[in-house]
Amino acid sequence: MSARRPVSSSIAWAAAAALAALAPAAPAPVAPGAALPPLAAAGLDGTLPDTAGKVVLLDFWASWCAPCKASFPVYAQLDAAYRSRGLVIVAVSVDESAPAYASFVARQRPPFATLRDARQRLVAAVQVPTMPTSYLVDRAGRVRFVHPGFHGAPTERELRREIEALLGEGAPAP
Amino acid sequence: MRRGLHLVLAVAALGAAGALLCGCSTAAAVRVRPWQRAALADETMNPDRDPVGSAMIEHVYFSREAASGGQGVGGSGCGCN
Repeated sequence: MSARRPVSSSIAWAAAAALAALAPAAPAPVAPGAALPPLAAAGLDGTLPDTAGKVVLLDFWASWCAPCKASFPVYAQLDAAYRSRGLVIVAVSVDESAPAYASFVARQRPPFATLRDARQRLVAAVQVPTMPTSYLVDRAGRVRFVHPGFHGAPTERELRREIEALLGEGAPAP
Repeated sequence: MRRGLHLVLAVAALGAAGALLCGCSTAAAVRVRPWQRAALADETMNPDRDPVGSAMIEHVYFSREAASGGQGVGGSGCGCN
């Protein structure tokens, strides 16, 4: 019995190697249940608010994204309604252009924290599926809900229901 | 059965090698991520920046050629939402 390996087998191994080389190496997208990458270590431009023990709405936006513009007035309403109960909204811009970012913020005048991920490190680590995408994080720092896109009233209704639920969970055990 | 699998993988190898040779490697065919679409979303990427002029040209075209439609959809390319 010959132990000769068929030529197609060798080609198959070469195929596996070639396909592995072609596969893009990207981290897995952050999903519900995962821990959020540490914001303080992300090198964001701007002042990060205190998020310890708070429910965090982390929103990724850009000045060139029309739904992001529509989302800001809604986030302002959520901020007014829930800030006193422990909600912190952190809006992270992925704008590479500082003037575009500054112009958007000057026009919108958001009452919540806006920061800029100028080097797009955080957004690449989170792997947002579309622009905008928001992540609702519970008081223990776990992502609980992900909202790809902003779809107006339906998104606002979902956010309110989920924020109410997370705020009702109370503070995590020390 | 194994022979069939090897054949499939061999075809995949040839395809992958072809992609590498023609420049469609990871470096050349990177998918533009949602957060990298600032340039695509720019108004200058909109192929129809003069809708009135385009409507007139289309009107002249379908009047002369007895044809209508086929002009595609508007908007630029941020792919948001």
